[in-house]
Amino acid sequence: MDGVTVQLEQQLFDYTASLFNEGFLDDQFNQLEQLQDETNPDFVVEVVTLFFDDAERLLNELTTSLGQENIDFKRLDAYVHQLKGSSSSIGAQTVHKTCISFCNFCTEKNVEGCLKSLQQVKHEYSLVKTKLETLFKMEQELLASRLSDLKVE
Amino acid sequence: MASASSSSSSTNWIMESGEIPHVLAVDDSLIDRKLVEKLLRNSSCRVTTAENGLRALELLGLTNGEHSTLNGRSKVNLIITDYCMPGMTGYELLKKIKESSVMREVPVVIMSSENIPTRINKCLEEGAEMFMLKPLKESDVRELTCQLMNLGR
Repeated sequence: MDGVTVQLEQQLFDYTASLFNEGFLDDQFNQLEQLQDETNPDFVVEVVTLFFDDAERLLNELTTSLGQENIDFKRLDAYVHQLKGSSSSIGAQTVHKTCISFCNFCTEKNVEGCLKSLQQVKHEYSLVKTKLETLFKMEQELLASRLSDLKVE
Repeated sequence: MASASSSSSSTNWIMESGEIPHVLAVDDSLIDRKLVEKLLRNSSCRVTTAENGLRALELLGLTNGEHSTLNGRSKVNLIITDYCMPGMTGYELLKKIKESSVMREVPVVIMSSENIPTRINKCLEEGAEMFMLKPLKESDVRELTCQLMNLGR
């Protein structure tokens, strides 16, 4: 096996471990990876991409809702609840945790709290999105390296 | 996982040996539908998904008293539904199923991201077989399908 491949494997391993150690991902992400198989080799990327699309839509809705003169807290809570659910389903722990406190502020009708939470969840989402995209890119590079190893005479 | 079986007989779970279980999964979240579908497929189940209670009732043929579009040729052996859904909740869907002379024998499992004892009891009292906490794991679904295929005999 080529030295480059070994290095890429180690880097991927270390990077993945760091995402868990730093709390960005939790065990649910492992569950996703365990579900991936030959019948559905892109399962993780597909589900995570759905999450990205869903999260972005919800963050836009939340921004709009909080910008209203008369804030509809029920509607707000419904959006946060959705984001809380989807982040939990893919193991995006930091986003999930932020949503929990966001939900509480909605229940309390605490505008200040909600605004702060929105900022925080946008920040956390942006972070985890970058990290997951990096992870997927590393996986692609590793795959490419393994394939090129097979071609070496 | 918070789960408890209702007092009803286990004959609901028994299937003909060799028969593949057909599960109807109901959830308003696309991500969760995709997840539960993969989990069930990995446990050798055939899966039909619905995004809300009304659609589920349509598929089961319970909306206008006609014969089920599903149960004609492909009998549904299990219904698994999210609790929190806009419009018709999982609880309301459960009630409609249990009110139906045709479908009431089909086991219904309720899923929720929230562990609320009053909610759980309410569902079990209405005839739900089990209550499962989201996000679902492979071990949860394996246990579920084992019961369904009565392998524990």
